[in-house]
Amino acid sequence: MSNLFDLLVAGLATGAIYALVAVGFTLLWQTSQTINFAQGEFVMLPAFLMLAAMHVGAPFWLAIILGILLSMILLGLAFKLLLVDPMMRHGVLPLAIATMALAIGIKEAVKQFYSAEASPFPSIVPTGDVSILGHAVSLQSIGVLVVAILAVLGLTTLLNRTSLGHQMQAAAQNPTVARIIGVPVERMILLTFLINAFLVALASLLITPIYLAKFSSGEVLGQAAFIAAIVGGFNQVRGAIVGGLLIGVLDNLAAAYVSTQYRAAVPMLFLIVVILFRPQGLLGRAEERTV
Amino acid sequence: MKSTLLVGAVLTIMTATSAHAQAIKLADVAELSGGGATVGTNWKNGIDLAIEEINAKGGVLGRKLEVTHADSQSNPGVARAQVQKALDAEPYVLLGPGYSGSVKVTAPLAAEAGIAQIMGGEAAELTQQGNKYLFRTSFGQQSSMPKVAKYIHDEMKAKSVAVVWVNNDFGRGGRDVVIKELDRLGSKVVADLSTEAGQADFAADVGKIKAANPDAVFVYLNEEESARILKELKRQGVTVPLMGETTLIGQKVIELAGDAANGARGHVGLTTDAPVDLIKAFREKFSKKYNYVPDHNGLKGYLAVYMVKATTEKMGKVDPKKFADTLHGLTIKAADEPGILMDVTFSDTGDIDRQSFLVEVVEGKQVVKQVLPKVK
Repeated sequence: MSNLFDLLVAGLATGAIYALVAVGFTLLWQTSQTINFAQGEFVMLPAFLMLAAMHVGAPFWLAIILGILLSMILLGLAFKLLLVDPMMRHGVLPLAIATMALAIGIKEAVKQFYSAEASPFPSIVPTGDVSILGHAVSLQSIGVLVVAILAVLGLTTLLNRTSLGHQMQAAAQNPTVARIIGVPVERMILLTFLINAFLVALASLLITPIYLAKFSSGEVLGQAAFIAAIVGGFNQVRGAIVGGLLIGVLDNLAAAYVSTQYRAAVPMLFLIVVILFRPQGLLGRAEERTV
Repeated sequence: MKSTLLVGAVLTIMTATSAHAQAIKLADVAELSGGGATVGTNWKNGIDLAIEEINAKGGVLGRKLEVTHADSQSNPGVARAQVQKALDAEPYVLLGPGYSGSVKVTAPLAAEAGIAQIMGGEAAELTQQGNKYLFRTSFGQQSSMPKVAKYIHDEMKAKSVAVVWVNNDFGRGGRDVVIKELDRLGSKVVADLSTEAGQADFAADVGKIKAANPDAVFVYLNEEESARILKELKRQGVTVPLMGETTLIGQKVIELAGDAANGARGHVGLTTDAPVDLIKAFREKFSKKYNYVPDHNGLKGYLAVYMVKATTEKMGKVDPKKFADTLHGLTIKAADEPGILMDVTFSDTGDIDRQSFLVEVVEGKQVVKQVLPKVK
């Protein structure tokens, strides 16, 4: 029983990170029909940007800020202007393939310019644990959960409670009408790219102390987040959150109770079941996009 | 008188040229570039240092040693081609490669040529194929794991053990031997956990360890995964003693795992930190010549050359055909041949028996806690 509790906590902590990445996934899809297969690499890269900043002498807190800003410029602004905009007019599929190429490019570049070996990465949460319901729970797990929940709460507040958020939603749901009523659609789309870049940088900061900074660490994350987004509902932010948490917990339970070898297959099987019986995802709405 | 002098001079020149012509030729194939570059470069430098020392003292049976180095690029295919090329030049003994995979594909070539091969690989299977020409410079898993199991049972007094291993040839080889030995000694294996190479998340594995509640955990993973599981063990508050092999307490793991590596213990066959005077002297000579501190691969290369010297002197002649036979079952004592650094015995399969070390990570540094004696 204590084992199950530990697994749930660890699963929720990893799931919260998947959720951050999956939310970014759905945001890009909603506003610009971008399926970003480089999302995992987007999580891997900010850690290296932060490490690079620390190499040139920046203290950790400054490296975090620089890393997040640089991520927003590279993975938000530059990604949209240099890759998404030119490819978009050729359709969803060429763009998706272009992001796959980008994933390979980012991975190889990190390997070449940094190292193929893993590097340690400092944690923003101190080590140690607290007692919850008689169980020792690590501060790191709690820290990851808290930061991820705050980020998601902040995002949903922005989307649902502010005029900016309403404009973003309008731009996502019906760009033509949004344009007619004066919503600056292009700027709203750019904003979602910046938000995605911020979320992946945050995920990077949370996950890298556990997984270590390595060029290949995005592969697992990208896949998990992609599955999470589809399971939860590709067109719903809250769907992505639920999907992320669910996949995190499922992955840990599978590793513990099924087998380590097949752990990666269990979320996939779950994905197949969801697609067969509820194709729009657990919390998703059936797509009604028309031309 | 004049003619005597002339004859003498001619004779001297002749002897000098013939000694030069009859230098004993060794061939080295090592990982000088690619992923194993650190391994191969240490190995090569160790060889060069030993040869320089031996030649400065007059060589082996009055003949100098010569070595050619070839680069396997850390690739078994290239290693095979380079070994074939080296064997065509009919060397006295073949040195290297260091990677088990490269040894596996080159050993049949050397055996076919009837040339002894002294190599750096550690996979258990290498010396279990009935090859009569293959010799190790360090422990294979079948030599190191019994020592690990004995330490877990005798010193850690663990009645129950969780074994975590990486699911590849290296991990499975070690796991099979250690579980057999633990069973034999009477320590119960309460969790037998296979993990994947490159695995990032160890939360579930550590959860299973906690559930099994063992007296000790034996961790046998590659470096990065070792660091990740050490962090996860600390994160989930596992405080039972951790035991491993060379990979668990390596410098890279300590760097990656930080605090979490403290307290981890491991068995190490060769380390330049060993409290052995001859090894300390070696480390000093090596560092002086190459401006860096060697790892255990530098020791292996150095030992390989002194194995050639001791065996040849034992035979009393340079005979490549008899070399392997002589080295089988041979015990070389450091008192007789200081270059061998520690007393060592070679088995009929080319495996070695030698004292080894129990290392603990204390405040981010490897500290040798105990010297484990030879098995026999």
